[in-house]
Amino acid sequence: MSETEIGRHGGDTAPGDQPPEESGEGSLGTYLVGLGLATLLTVVSFFIAGTTLVWRPSIPIAIGVLAIAQMGVHLVFFIHITTGRDNVNNVMALAFGVLIVLLLITGSLWIMAHLNHNMMPMNQLMQMQR
Amino acid sequence: MSATHAPTHVSGLAAKRIVTGYGFWIFLLSDIIMFAAFFATYAVLQDATAGGPSGHDLFDLHNVAIETACLLASSFTCGVASIGAQARRAWLFHGAMLVTLILGGIFLALEIREFAGMVAQGAGPTRSAFLSAFFTLVGCHGLHVTAGLLWLLTMMAQVFAKGFRADIQRRILCFSLFWHALDIIWVALFSMVYLLGAGS
Repeated sequence: MSETEIGRHGGDTAPGDQPPEESGEGSLGTYLVGLGLATLLTVVSFFIAGTTLVWRPSIPIAIGVLAIAQMGVHLVFFIHITTGRDNVNNVMALAFGVLIVLLLITGSLWIMAHLNHNMMPMNQLMQMQR
Repeated sequence: MSATHAPTHVSGLAAKRIVTGYGFWIFLLSDIIMFAAFFATYAVLQDATAGGPSGHDLFDLHNVAIETACLLASSFTCGVASIGAQARRAWLFHGAMLVTLILGGIFLALEIREFAGMVAQGAGPTRSAFLSAFFTLVGCHGLHVTAGLLWLLTMMAQVFAKGFRADIQRRILCFSLFWHALDIIWVALFSMVYLLGAGS
């Protein structure tokens, strides 16, 4: 295939495209490694959710860590986000997206927890209604 | 390929494939931000069950495990399809896309069955704020998968009718990005909603 089709010039790589040295016939290996790692992390997540082997309060944190790790595996092995120079734009956009997501989720939870805390009589009233 | 195509190296101008892929990447990130808003809503309303069933009563982790396996495998076969597209092997592309379609279809059928079962036992989206948030979040992902399956069929038809033209290749790139992003959202979904919800 020609250079035009894969778009490997101008110093950037499109998100989802593999770096040039990996694309072509050998690139199936990347997906296989990704599939293996993702399967492993998923199986561990499902196992740990129902197990009594570990200290129970640690389970939510373990599931969260495993989920973040698996998202990283998907980004690296399926979407081919790398630390390479040709991927800086993609990584910067991703970093900004992650920043907004974190602000949105932690901000919402923080504000709503404070509201709950400051409106204790209302909260108790609602708990009596339950 | 067609040498009469756009100039391959214009200084300062990225190739159309890179511009298209990057633009779609920005869209996907905005889509993920929308999902983050639904996740935040769900996290806030998780305990607002209004006396109704909680996640612990409703979620069937066996069903979720099968859904997860289908979506993960379909993400892999989608990658195989994009290898097939870049290598211009029609049989590899169509075969992998067909498997992706079947796995995505199984996922969707299992999700619809789960939703129907919940509504049938009186745990529909109107039962409590928790269930409203649950159906909004998981249903929004399901709608994305439905749209993705329709897009998948469109891509198969376009490759069948027009071959691996440069513009079709760009659409395949966008589709595979979309499909992989849906799987990433599902990872957050099964971890936060199902695994944490069923455990508590």
